[in-house]
Amino acid sequence: MKKVFTKPKSLKDVPFHYCPGCGHSIIHRLVAEVIDELGISDCVIGVPPAGCAVLAYNYFDIDMCEAPHGRGCAVATGFKRAQPDKIVFTYQGDGDMAAIGTAETLHAANRGERITAIFVNNAVYGMTGGQMAPTTMIGQKTTTSPFGRRPEVEGYPLLITDLIATLKGPSYVVRHSLATPAKILATKKSIKKAFEMQIKGLGFSLVEVLSPCPTNWKLSAVDAFKFLESRMEKEFPIGVFKDVTKG
Amino acid sequence: MENKVLMKGTNALAEAAIQAGCRCYFGYPITPQNELPEYMARRMAEVGGVFLQGESEIASINMVLGAAASGVRSMTSSSSPGISLKQEGISFLAAMELPALIVNIMRGGPGLGNIAPSQGDYYQATRGGGHGDYRTPVFAPASIQELYDITMYAFDVADIYRTPVVILGDGMMGQIVEPTVCRKRQEIDLPPKDYVLDGAKGRPSRIIRSLILDTFEMEEHNWKLKRKYDLMRGRLPQHEEFMVADAKLVIVAYGTAARIAKGAVKRARREGLSVGLLRPITLWPFPTQAIQDIAKKVKHFLVFEMSTGQMVDDVLLALGGKAQCEFYGRPGGVVPTPMEITRIIGRYWVQKEILG
Repeated sequence: MKKVFTKPKSLKDVPFHYCPGCGHSIIHRLVAEVIDELGISDCVIGVPPAGCAVLAYNYFDIDMCEAPHGRGCAVATGFKRAQPDKIVFTYQGDGDMAAIGTAETLHAANRGERITAIFVNNAVYGMTGGQMAPTTMIGQKTTTSPFGRRPEVEGYPLLITDLIATLKGPSYVVRHSLATPAKILATKKSIKKAFEMQIKGLGFSLVEVLSPCPTNWKLSAVDAFKFLESRMEKEFPIGVFKDVTKG
Repeated sequence: MENKVLMKGTNALAEAAIQAGCRCYFGYPITPQNELPEYMARRMAEVGGVFLQGESEIASINMVLGAAASGVRSMTSSSSPGISLKQEGISFLAAMELPALIVNIMRGGPGLGNIAPSQGDYYQATRGGGHGDYRTPVFAPASIQELYDITMYAFDVADIYRTPVVILGDGMMGQIVEPTVCRKRQEIDLPPKDYVLDGAKGRPSRIIRSLILDTFEMEEHNWKLKRKYDLMRGRLPQHEEFMVADAKLVIVAYGTAARIAKGAVKRARREGLSVGLLRPITLWPFPTQAIQDIAKKVKHFLVFEMSTGQMVDDVLLALGGKAQCEFYGRPGGVVPTPMEITRIIGRYWVQKEILG
């Protein structure tokens, strides 16, 4: 019988701990599929963050090193500078990437560090229980913005991907969404391209993925995916912000 | 005969690191240790190593983490305020059992303080420094030759015990120039680096982490680290004794303060006072046994530090009330002369009615 669907080799045979409807499981799978397809599982090093995805190293069957909260791009820089022939990627959430780790992220991008960052944006701090994130949207209620995010008090959501696209160091900067199967496939295509950019030595590559957090959004899984399209994609437009291989 | 050259402290330390096989340096500028990264910027290029100026102390120590997990001998250097910023990373290095060298060329503090030599970071260095239940070996050299030799040794200690190691100097140790023999590295047997992440080629994939959610598993990890620290407590302590054999009063001082104290001891001896010096070379583990051995005969100790008094606590712990111990300190970046310390010794001698 022909096998038409199987678990990626780069994922261990371990059930995910993520909440039902969470996007991490999907993104883990996409990254693992790309690692398999590029045949880099024996030369790749992953750097998971603090946050829900800290346990990514329990799922990926590749070398992985946890980073302190926000320091993913600095730790990845250490790996890549010490072993330039290896493929190094970070997997980071919005707090990691755009709040506590803003400096590390921006400077690694600006140096054109030959690493790939997978940036999972769900507009909320998941693991700590639904607090306000740097990407929490105006009006969005969280446990630390109980009246909804107010620009005059909490400021505006930080579009760090747009910011990084203005730098000279990055080679490839995109934003995707998991809202529909078609969009998930497009996300995978970009993750693959981001790794290929690194393999070619072209500089920092970043794939932001808008991802649902039903638990902390207090929505059903189905409604959370709808929310991705109705709210998240309005605030964070999907698209290619920079691609040095395209004139 | 080996080649003796005049070397500045920061440069000697950097060259020793290169000779020890350090091939990754990450750091952020701060006075008074800037000559160290400046030396590394040129030298690493010559030996095909990595020099990278990080965007912050925090980024730099985390770059060290990545390079250390790659199996490359790695280091960073800074001065007091910068070392505070590195503490998060040092805690992670200790938790993950990754070897690295962290150099602190101490300056006056707290806060920005000043850029003059000081010893105010003793507690921070010897008590782990960051959060959590850990220690790091701390070396406090007092000459440029010793700084050179200890730097090479520190990388071995880091590899043998899989631990971050701290060299604690001060602005004076960083800046003075002394004749130094640049010895070549003595190769010793080191444990295999079976933790290194270099792509899981022909072996199962590996994880380096510090998150251990299971409390019993975490406790076991804490005890494992403790056993390692106990091993170091037994093996690592180093100290120097100067004119202690017939001493009735022993000065305890480290680093630059010990150099000053040594001058003061010589002066006091000329005045007929039988004074000696004990200089801890390792601050953690502390040479407790050496102090206890001396305290069997000597009943008077005077601790001198360029701080308001930190190491004195370790001396008091070691003495356990078996001898009298006083403290004299000059914090804030003030570097007293040997003459001043001689005066303090004389005053103590008279007050305590120590007979010559």
